Amino acid sequence: MTDQLTPDSGVAGEASVALRHDLDHVPLVDPTAKGGLVGVLRRRYLLSLMVKRELRARYIGSKMGLAWSYINPLSRFLTFYFVFGIILGRGQIPHFAIHLFAGMVVVNLFTESFTSGTRSIMQNKSIVQKMPLPREIFPIASMLVSLYHVGPQLVILAGACLVTGTFSPDLAGVFAMVMAFVIVILLGSAMGLMFSAINVMYRDWTRLVQILTNMLPFTVPMMYPFTLVDHRFRNFPLIEHFYLFNPVTEAVLLMQRMFWITTIPPTDKGKPEWGFQPGLTVNFPPHLFVRGLIFIGVSMLFLAFAQWVFTRLDDRIPDRLI
Amino acid sequence: MTTSIEVENVSKLFHKHYQRTLKQTVVAKMRGQKVKDTFWALDDVSFNVEQGEAIGLMGLNGSGKSTLLKHIMGVMRPTSGAIRTRGRLSGLIATGAGFHPEMTGRENIYMNAAILGMTKAETDAKYPEISEFAELGDRLDTPVGNYSSGMSARLGFAVAVHVDCDVFIADEVLAVGDQPFKRKCVKKMEEIRNSGVTLFYVSHAAMSVRKMCNRVIVLEEGRVGFDGDVDEGIKYLHYDDEEPDVDVEESEAAELGSEI
Repeated sequence: MTDQLTPDSGVAGEASVALRHDLDHVPLVDPTAKGGLVGVLRRRYLLSLMVKRELRARYIGSKMGLAWSYINPLSRFLTFYFVFGIILGRGQIPHFAIHLFAGMVVVNLFTESFTSGTRSIMQNKSIVQKMPLPREIFPIASMLVSLYHVGPQLVILAGACLVTGTFSPDLAGVFAMVMAFVIVILLGSAMGLMFSAINVMYRDWTRLVQILTNMLPFTVPMMYPFTLVDHRFRNFPLIEHFYLFNPVTEAVLLMQRMFWITTIPPTDKGKPEWGFQPGLTVNFPPHLFVRGLIFIGVSMLFLAFAQWVFTRLDDRIPDRLI
Repeated sequence: MTTSIEVENVSKLFHKHYQRTLKQTVVAKMRGQKVKDTFWALDDVSFNVEQGEAIGLMGLNGSGKSTLLKHIMGVMRPTSGAIRTRGRLSGLIATGAGFHPEMTGRENIYMNAAILGMTKAETDAKYPEISEFAELGDRLDTPVGNYSSGMSARLGFAVAVHVDCDVFIADEVLAVGDQPFKRKCVKKMEEIRNSGVTLFYVSHAAMSVRKMCNRVIVLEEGRVGFDGDVDEGIKYLHYDDEEPDVDVEESEAAELGSEI
């Protein structure tokens, strides 16, 4: 049933065909995209365009442009300072606004990669239905857009630390910060990846993701000091272990190790009625760095699991998009 | 000659989902109604296409044409069977994929080209041709959202036809372009076909299929009903009794426009 070429049709002679499309050396292949995070790496140019498009689109038409990515976190920090430092704080926990904001940077990165990643495939369904792409590219692009916004927040945070006048960062702190970001980037990508595919199957998941991300800021020690948790659950080590078995908690603590505790001179005794004492052993759980490394490993495993889930659902995505 | 597309016993099972909530599903189950249903969108489809052939894919609405194209493009994977293609694919199926209304025409050209698999260097090299073909002048530096539907279709078409591809898939063609642009597009598609690109052309318009293609495949409820000569294929579909000899040029353009 092949080779039904009618001689009088307007097709050019076979000679010129062979000339331009000499494809004998090109193999016949499955036209679907090589998926997986590896496939995304192969389309770096497209990925960079998608991230740029998202960033451009967000601030397009505004006169301040990208300056908004600084103004937003700055206003948030000043609000924290006003509420926690001046109204509520009365100095019990020194530099509480920094304590809170340092955690907020990683929590925001996580929740934004998670929520925007979850929506990413649905949002780009016109592309998904038309072209074979490694579909992992959409949640990864969402994560990178969220990651971009970390830069301005870190600038504000470092600026606030310098304003305290007692900021003395150390190398271990920088290492802690890097670990915090590695954990959150891996975890945020994993959640975005997994739920972007699940969300195509059942829209209910967007709601559930919303509930989870609403709860998250309260389950990590940024609006309250870790010492309070330690104090409350001292007699219930199981609960404390459970509380600490949260990679985002670990990332928040690592960020506070870099930015917050380093602004408090060890001689600062604080206000005794709140029981604040300076020092690393009091304000952080033991083995902070070892825990950090373990959580990096856990997050990597989780990312591999997310990729496995995604791959299982991937073939059904174009069928289910309407 | 080389085989360009190989479709081997391809079947695709679709699930009919009734979009019910959990409660409605339980109620439907208790009443003995169907909760899920399946149907074969493609049923054991097999054919080979040689490099440089121009295939007209025809069939009534819902016969599986678009589904088959999505499989050849690699967007969907068959439930059973295999599809293999040789070389790079482009097509009008993806016109305007990734267009962002708030970005300029220029930015959207780069985005759309990247989605179609072009590198930055390739797009840079083709950019003058693309912008000339789109005939949008300095409007290329204004947001696509301000374009008329015809203008953004032109932009999408311009990118798609300038991809250096080996297989060109044309589905939603020229619904909104004006007459001069339609004629230009037809010319460009003929040029593509004559350069030895394998053409896969979905259409209900007997006239343009006769002009563009040298082989017709007719799908009927997901099965290959006919595969062979163009005129016989059109006869097979009973599409041959329409408008015998009006002004060919005009009616053909009109036909192209009335597709989808």
